[in-house]
Amino acid sequence: MLFISTALFFIGVYGFLTRKNMITMLMAIELILNSVNINFVAFNKYLYADKLDGLFFTIFIITIAAAEAAVAIAIIIHLYRSLKSIDVDDADLMKF
Amino acid sequence: MLNSTYIALIPLLPIITFLIIGLVGRRYFPKFSGVLGTLSLLVSFLLSAFVAYQYFFEVGKVEGVYQKIIALKYVWLQFSPNVAIDMGILLDPISVMMIVIVTFISLMVHIYSMGYMNGEPRYATYYAFLSLFTFSMLGLVLSTNIFQIYIFWELVGVSSFLLIGFYYEKPSAVAASKKAFIVTRFADLGFLIGILVLSYYSETLDFQTLIQRLTTEGNYLTSIVSASFLGFSALTWGLVLVFAGGAGKSAMFPFHIWLPDAMEGPTPVSALIHAATMVVAGVYLVARLFPIFSNSCPGALEVVAYIGIFSSLLAAIIACTQTDIKRVLAYSTMSQIGFMMFALGVSGFYAEEGVGFMGSMFHLFTHSIFKALLFLGAGAVIHYVHSNDMKDMGGLRKLMPITHLTFLLACLAIAGIPPFAGFFSKEEILLACWNSNKLIFGAAVLTAGLTAFYMFRLYFNIFWNKEYKSHSESHDAHHGEAPGTMLLPLIILAILSVVAGFVPFSHLVTADGIGFETEFHIGFAIGPVLLAVAAILLAYFMYVKESLVPQKFADTVKGFYTAAYHKFYFDEMYLFITKKIVFNLIGRPAAWIDKTIFDGFMNLIASVTESVSESIKSFQSGKVQDYAIYFFAGTLGFVLLFIYLWT
Repeated sequence: MLFISTALFFIGVYGFLTRKNMITMLMAIELILNSVNINFVAFNKYLYADKLDGLFFTIFIITIAAAEAAVAIAIIIHLYRSLKSIDVDDADLMKF
Repeated sequence: MLNSTYIALIPLLPIITFLIIGLVGRRYFPKFSGVLGTLSLLVSFLLSAFVAYQYFFEVGKVEGVYQKIIALKYVWLQFSPNVAIDMGILLDPISVMMIVIVTFISLMVHIYSMGYMNGEPRYATYYAFLSLFTFSMLGLVLSTNIFQIYIFWELVGVSSFLLIGFYYEKPSAVAASKKAFIVTRFADLGFLIGILVLSYYSETLDFQTLIQRLTTEGNYLTSIVSASFLGFSALTWGLVLVFAGGAGKSAMFPFHIWLPDAMEGPTPVSALIHAATMVVAGVYLVARLFPIFSNSCPGALEVVAYIGIFSSLLAAIIACTQTDIKRVLAYSTMSQIGFMMFALGVSGFYAEEGVGFMGSMFHLFTHSIFKALLFLGAGAVIHYVHSNDMKDMGGLRKLMPITHLTFLLACLAIAGIPPFAGFFSKEEILLACWNSNKLIFGAAVLTAGLTAFYMFRLYFNIFWNKEYKSHSESHDAHHGEAPGTMLLPLIILAILSVVAGFVPFSHLVTADGIGFETEFHIGFAIGPVLLAVAAILLAYFMYVKESLVPQKFADTVKGFYTAAYHKFYFDEMYLFITKKIVFNLIGRPAAWIDKTIFDGFMNLIASVTESVSESIKSFQSGKVQDYAIYFFAGTLGFVLLFIYLWT
């Protein structure tokens, strides 16, 4: 399980760093979040089987992730309206 | 004892007036501020006269000796249980005499200014400054301790700066006020060091304690005399430095250069500052510390005497050549202050020996009256002619009869012709010189003769000589003789300069507080009087008619005349010293060090910061993914760090 989660995490990181499309980057972030979820579930199952904290955390993360996805998509739509692009490299106005 | 609280009103009234006029009056009742200032000063003057009456005739004298009375005292700054600065009021013969003079002359000037400054746009401001000045001067003379006197000393300095530079649109007035301020500041530095030296050894600031400790045998006197620096004792240094401060305010050589330039101020101000009050502050200071000078340190007193006589003679010579009437008066003031200084310098302390001290104070008293009269008279003339230069004047006696008469009386008084005021005081001074130092006596008589000569040169040039030619027809039509507010002070002062000499000064103001009879030597008086008369006659023949005699005379001693006309090049000398030597040898290297080393160091820090930030600014690319990389790299770094630390 931990191997899967680790693999998933780095696939997510890789995707986040290399893709230029913001939607794809958002999906990569979801991958990272899910890898964390798997971690929580796995540790909860094998180490503290009688407790439910890990599971609750997972549910929280899924909820937050949904909200975050909504916000992120709103930002992306807004960026698209002003920049006519969803390429992340075009959104580089905040620099020296 | 005096019921003392009302005495505080004497200096407080002017400062209150200053605040009222300065804060409110300038905007809401500018025309009324002159009257307000004059009224408050009138009250001040009446109070001073009352105090003087009480002091001299009722309570001041205890068993034939005039006491020093601390009328009011409170602790102003407490530094430690032993060191405190007080504010208070000290009454003794000289301070009582001074408050009467200061309030009186200031009152005359206030009245006079109502006419002279009429129509001036900053009329109210002028009165506010006058009140401030009067307050500072009164505070100065009433000081109980040497630090209080220093505070008021500086206040006098700043208010005179304001008054001299009153016409601040005129560059020359601005320059003059700056010059007066800076030159006296140099002298004040000496004064401050002197204060520190004296109070360090005597461990007190209070005049009475200071004088008591430094004149009687004991630890304090021994320690200050035994401490020596460059071959002189600390006491000598302290006193000479204090005198330097006094010399600065009193325009003694070598600090005299500011006085003639200070004539740029309005003429009544010259009368107030340069006749009666500020310039005698130095004399007053020496007189205040006179017991120490006289009893413990005759060497310092000799310095006072020689500087006094030298300044006196120098100024008298310069005064003979000047053509600006106010400058002549300024140099004459300097010369007369010199008289007071060397009179103190040759004086002894006890009883009859103190005739120099008495003469000095007497001369201070009479001089302030007739010199104020001269300045105010000159002001009236200037008001009429609209020029300061003798060449534009002449033949004014018919046009301004009252001014002419009062001016003549003042000239007679300053020349020392009996029975006018100056005669008596000058006789006392000459007598004191005769008794102690023949060299100074000779120079003093010569100066007295010169005084008579240049005063009458001034008088004949203004009022006789050629016929007065007006520059424009229109201006004669609207004013002839000066207005009543200007004539009133002239008349009062003229009457006083006739009678002031009869005040029995030797009974009232003496060094040790004990009155004595002055013998009047008719034989002794004849010489100087004859000399003065001869000088007046000389001036009469040279200047009563327009003639070439003065020009010829000037040509025969051309080099000397030119030198004197240019005030012996003192200004140029000081400029040379400051510009060439101080600026080039000290100022420039200091500026170089400042610019290259200190500024360079700061610039280095700045430029290093700049170049570093220039090279790392590309980190801020604005691209989210770059930041994400830094973030992950950072996180990884921390993780590795923690792993390393734990294992």
